[in-house]
Amino acid sequence: MANDINNAETPVSENDDQIVKRADVEAVNKAEERSLYAPRKKIFPQRAKGKFRTIKWFMMLFTLSIYYITPWIRWDRGEGMPDQAVLIDIAGRRFYFFFIEIWPQEVYYVTGLMIMGGIALFLVTSTAGRMWCGYSCPQTIWTDLFIAVERFFEGDRNARIRLDKAPWTLDKITKRVLKHSVWIIIALLTGGAWVFYFSDAPTLFNQLIHNQASFDAYLWMGLLSAFTYVLGGIAREQVCTYMCPWPRIQAVMMDEETLAVMYRYDRGEPRGPHKKNESWEGRGDCVQCRQCVVVCPMGIDIRDGLQLECIQCSLCIDACNSVMEKIGRPQGLIAYDSLKNFERRKKGEENRFRIVRPRTIIYSVILALVGSIMLYTLLNRSMIDVNILRDRNPLFVQLASGDIRNGYTIKIMNKSTAEQKYIVEVSGVDGISLRTEDADEFAADGSPIVTVSRDKLRSLKLYVSIPRKELDSDSADITFKVTQIGSDEEDVQTTTFKGPKL
Amino acid sequence: MSDLKKEIDDVSGVDTTGHEWDGIKELNTPMPRWWVYTFIVCCIWAFVYQFFYPSWPLISDYYKGYFAETNRDRLNDELGNVAQQRSVTLDKIRTMDLEDIRRDNALNTFALAGGKAAFGDNCAPCHGTGAAGFTGYPNLNDDDWLWGGTLEDIYTTISYGIRSTHEETRVNDMPAFLKDELLTKAEIEDVVTYAQSLSDRSIKATESGRVLFADNCALCHGEDGKGLREFGAPNLTDAITLYVTDRDSMIDIVSNSRKGVMPTWSGRLDEATIKSLAIYIHSLGGGE
Repeated sequence: MANDINNAETPVSENDDQIVKRADVEAVNKAEERSLYAPRKKIFPQRAKGKFRTIKWFMMLFTLSIYYITPWIRWDRGEGMPDQAVLIDIAGRRFYFFFIEIWPQEVYYVTGLMIMGGIALFLVTSTAGRMWCGYSCPQTIWTDLFIAVERFFEGDRNARIRLDKAPWTLDKITKRVLKHSVWIIIALLTGGAWVFYFSDAPTLFNQLIHNQASFDAYLWMGLLSAFTYVLGGIAREQVCTYMCPWPRIQAVMMDEETLAVMYRYDRGEPRGPHKKNESWEGRGDCVQCRQCVVVCPMGIDIRDGLQLECIQCSLCIDACNSVMEKIGRPQGLIAYDSLKNFERRKKGEENRFRIVRPRTIIYSVILALVGSIMLYTLLNRSMIDVNILRDRNPLFVQLASGDIRNGYTIKIMNKSTAEQKYIVEVSGVDGISLRTEDADEFAADGSPIVTVSRDKLRSLKLYVSIPRKELDSDSADITFKVTQIGSDEEDVQTTTFKGPKL
Repeated sequence: MSDLKKEIDDVSGVDTTGHEWDGIKELNTPMPRWWVYTFIVCCIWAFVYQFFYPSWPLISDYYKGYFAETNRDRLNDELGNVAQQRSVTLDKIRTMDLEDIRRDNALNTFALAGGKAAFGDNCAPCHGTGAAGFTGYPNLNDDDWLWGGTLEDIYTTISYGIRSTHEETRVNDMPAFLKDELLTKAEIEDVVTYAQSLSDRSIKATESGRVLFADNCALCHGEDGKGLREFGAPNLTDAITLYVTDRDSMIDIVSNSRKGVMPTWSGRLDEATIKSLAIYIHSLGGGE
């Protein structure tokens, strides 16, 4: 079985440079080992040390902090309003994001946000490949965290391989139980944090402690915890390779100038073991130590070229650089590089990193465009929203006096943070008379005035009558002006008034 | 299988399954084995499901499943819950005064919604879905009422109907003046001209017509022709008519009379529904 080779321990090599460890390992997706249904090959990533590993630790800290801390940030919105900075209030049908409060009718803000997220992802991908996958995807972050826990209890690669093959002794059971316990705790914390985005965090936390939270809260916590445990702890690289659509899509955003983690085969080949003091003439820098393979969380060989499985986490760069340092060769045998640079080097040119090119410019322009539209609409967001619906059945009513009456439903949304009074004025045709049962009071000229509580919608049924002689066709334009009393907020809408055919 | 020589595809470097169609060979891109297991688990789940939930048809029945539960049962349960929740409100509507219901915001909203639904089921066939009526079926949106437009009036009309089978029904009887030989054809022409002049200034009334009107019509329609609600006699001076579209149709009505019928709804609809309907119709814009 090739499987054994894959999971072989890393022997200390004897023939070449003593300080370089050489692993006898194969890529899990090696072409020769494919059958009809592929059994999963266990991967035991070795710990990498270096620049990119440090960046990844910081990214993990950063993203996890955002995830866990955000629901606990408070934001004062006044009496009776939720004081949670980020809250998706499904029952109350509001989305709060710091100073923004979005009503379901304004879901286009969320759409805009998602478009921006998508375009930003395209921009990053066309510039530097799978940055998202390698550094900030939750799957990568949590897998990284779960592997760190595994390494803490079971040791690094070789110890883990040994433990995996070992019989079920007390020691193995203890280690495994400890590992899975911590995994489950992390999973519960992950699922637990998620529900805080949908409910007042301190209240829900209190309810959870006293076991009084709603069934929904437990259900979602359970589901998300289970998914975190299964996807981050057990499925790991299988998610990226088989479940995620992004690896299959992302290639279309890349071109030959896109940066990606690449093995510089022009410098590394021909590869082979190297003895101390042996000349580097006529051979490549790759000493076949396979450190890039052992640190890979996907279990692949970067030297096989760009491949679907590679999440471009850069850990192989760290591994290779530390080897290059030991054997006294320049760093960057594996590095962020573009396909074009391979051609350039072939022609004896210098490496160039062209970040500004049509593709990235287009993505940037779209991003800036969507962003400024969003910003503009957000800054000019009205505190009042009015909808006027004309009765369609009946289209109009003839009254005993001969006047023609139309019915309108006026919906006034008070998006401000205080109770407001609104006056509804109708104009456009002479002789208009109004009738409504829903007004709280009437102005001197008979215009209805309604009081709308803050953050509420109120509907007003208004009957508008016009003497027949004032209508010179079967349709007239009339204008509704809804003004917030005591401010200049107003909404003016023109709609039609229907009468009989003349 | 390892003794079989693998055939590697030149272009992709991937081995093939050996299956070939018209010279095109299938590359061997294996599925992960856990996917196969997932499929097997789904198959097992299907059997488990069949055991717990209604599944197999039997000769005169069907297998009800271990839980013996269906979505229809659940729906019925939920409808039962809703009915129970509503019963408190419905009781209030049943016992409270119509004016009080209308002034109570929550009850009013509830009655309007219930009334609208009941209207669509019971009233719309004659009065139209928008209650705008047709010739012979009154428009309930306008401000002209034969039998009165207060909540109480509307409630009475819905409960007992007009010329219905109920003993307390609203009823009136306009004579068929020509058929019953009360007036001659010429006299009818004359009185119709007078009646038309009440609502249309451009028509000139005759003195003889006025006398005929006073002798024959004023008892119910009033001296001034403004109608009398006690008798359900329409106002002839306003812009709204029930049957009349032109002079000929008006002559026809005076000659032969019309006796439209609205059924009684008490006994067919419960008290709360009739009250909701009254509140809904009152809200359509003509309520008094």
